[in-house]
Amino acid sequence: MPALEVKDLSTSFRTDDGIVKAVSGVSFSIDQGKTLGVVGESGSGKSVTFLTVMGLVDPRQADVSGSVLLQGEELLGVGANRLREVRGLTIGMIFQDPMTSLNPVKTIGWQLEEAVLIHQDVTRKDARRQAIEILKQVEIPRADQRVDDYPHQFSGGMRQRVMIAMALINGPDILIADEPTTALDVTTQAQILRLMKRLQDENKMAILMITHDLGVVAELADDVIVMYGGKVVEQAKVDDLFAKPEMPYTWGLLASLPRLDSTGGRLEQIPGQPPSLLNPPSGCAFHPRCPYAMSRCRTELPELRLSPQGEGHRFRCHLEDEERTRIWQGKHAALVGEDAA
Amino acid sequence: MTQFLIRRLFWAIFLFFAATIITYLIFWVIPADPAALAAGKSATPADIARVSHFLHLDEPIWRQYLRFVWNLVGHGSLGHSFVNRQSVDATIAKDAPVTASLVFGGAIFWLSLSIPIGILSAIRPRSLMDRGAMIFVLIGISAHPVWIGLILSYVFGYRLGLTPIAGYCNFFTGTEGAQCEGPLEWAYHLILPWITFMILFAALYVRLIRANVIETMSEDYVRTARAKGASERRVMTQHVLRNSMLPIVTILGMDLGLALGGAIFTESIFNLPGLGHEIINAYNTADLPMITGIVVFSTVAVIIFNLIVDVTYGFLDPRIRPS
Repeated sequence: MPALEVKDLSTSFRTDDGIVKAVSGVSFSIDQGKTLGVVGESGSGKSVTFLTVMGLVDPRQADVSGSVLLQGEELLGVGANRLREVRGLTIGMIFQDPMTSLNPVKTIGWQLEEAVLIHQDVTRKDARRQAIEILKQVEIPRADQRVDDYPHQFSGGMRQRVMIAMALINGPDILIADEPTTALDVTTQAQILRLMKRLQDENKMAILMITHDLGVVAELADDVIVMYGGKVVEQAKVDDLFAKPEMPYTWGLLASLPRLDSTGGRLEQIPGQPPSLLNPPSGCAFHPRCPYAMSRCRTELPELRLSPQGEGHRFRCHLEDEERTRIWQGKHAALVGEDAA
Repeated sequence: MTQFLIRRLFWAIFLFFAATIITYLIFWVIPADPAALAAGKSATPADIARVSHFLHLDEPIWRQYLRFVWNLVGHGSLGHSFVNRQSVDATIAKDAPVTASLVFGGAIFWLSLSIPIGILSAIRPRSLMDRGAMIFVLIGISAHPVWIGLILSYVFGYRLGLTPIAGYCNFFTGTEGAQCEGPLEWAYHLILPWITFMILFAALYVRLIRANVIETMSEDYVRTARAKGASERRVMTQHVLRNSMLPIVTILGMDLGLALGGAIFTESIFNLPGLGHEIINAYNTADLPMITGIVVFSTVAVIIFNLIVDVTYGFLDPRIRPS
């Protein structure tokens, strides 16, 4: 049984301007001990997907449909009490900006103890012992003293370690990480990723890594889903996605990455803006920005179909197989340059 | 901490000079003849000249100002009233408790109304409760304190006879010639002024608290608390409230300091012998020492309350706690 299985999940927000379909028909699953990378630009629906999974979207503002199975148990529609049990106990979550994600007027220790006391029937003293223990695990020096410090006394990287400690303190089976390294500098990013990997190996948890950084995905993920305009547009094993991406948006993402082995010159960029979710484009949401768009793309949403390479590699695109292979090989040659020649 | 206090003290001295010099300048500009007013209606020009000389009003304004500063620094005295020669210090000492009773009592009233309403309308924006509160806010902000005071006094004091129409009684017993005294009478006479104050300020504070709570509820650390599995109640009490009350403390400190300088309208309507009442009288008789004295008092009040706010802030917010 997968640790988490999401089927046909849709979330729309009712706003004054109309209905915003932030997520539509998203499905994926993740097994225990594995890492799923979720890639997409801002507004692609990746964060909302996981806020919905956690039951953190406000039901007064949002309509949710589909199915979220946590170890086989349906989470959509269960009561607030059950959701609170799940949050922090079965699913831990860390967020993008460690500078603002901790309460500025409470000590680190207090906030860690709170996480323990919500879910475990232990004394405050015992909670404090657990807090110091987990701070040591996330490699915070002098943990037994720093536990009494306030968030502003920590650097960004240290705060993200505290956030990870807080998400892991109750030993969750699943960790949802929403852009955990985006706000950090590059060396700190590497340290945090290494830490997450180590903790995953030790605790055998499943990690959902939400990011727009393909480097992070390559580093950590086993499987990847690419989201665009609130939909999954491609899903594959991580090696397959990088070796043979099947649709133009993914091509654009890969082409916009700087490469060590490139011949130099300007990085490619995807022209245009991410789609408005209030008035999404007809047909394939990517067609206004797609250099290969056909008339069919404007009217008809491509199905999420299986790649001829198989192995669960799926994508949305109307282009014929030979056409896609030809375009990608051309692009790939251009990217790698002399190396390929 | 010492450095902080020294910096504060310099600011206080600067503010003192700024406020008093401006008072003197304004007094110098306005076309009033305090000597004529002090001398009375049947005074001859010779009388007025004598009074003018006696009050040092024939001196240039900067010498009058220096005389005031010398009196305060050298003798610790704010001088004597032009009109009745009474000591300004004694008058302020007599009036300040009245204004303080009004302001602090009023603050308790307006806070105990606006904090729960502000929080409830923030939790349920656009609800019936929230809209009702907003109507109250609109009335409170639009209505003038004179109008509110008069209506309250007319309805509850005159028509229904539930409260006194106006007047003040001392909190402490034992004043000679007092018509009424003691805590009960004191509160009984102040209830309408307090409510007037409450309507005025609660309106602003409901709006302020609501906005702050709503803003705090969308903070990242509140989402973190929810992701930990905290109940809504816990999220509110442990994470939202303290953070959202921080700006309120600043504004409350400023409002209290300002109001202590004289709640002019409310005191006038209810005939409370406080500083606001006194400054209106002083203004009508061009009584410069009295006006300056009250300005000095309210400047000091504002400075002290800002200091209290800063110290309180240090307790509430570890980020600015001096280490």
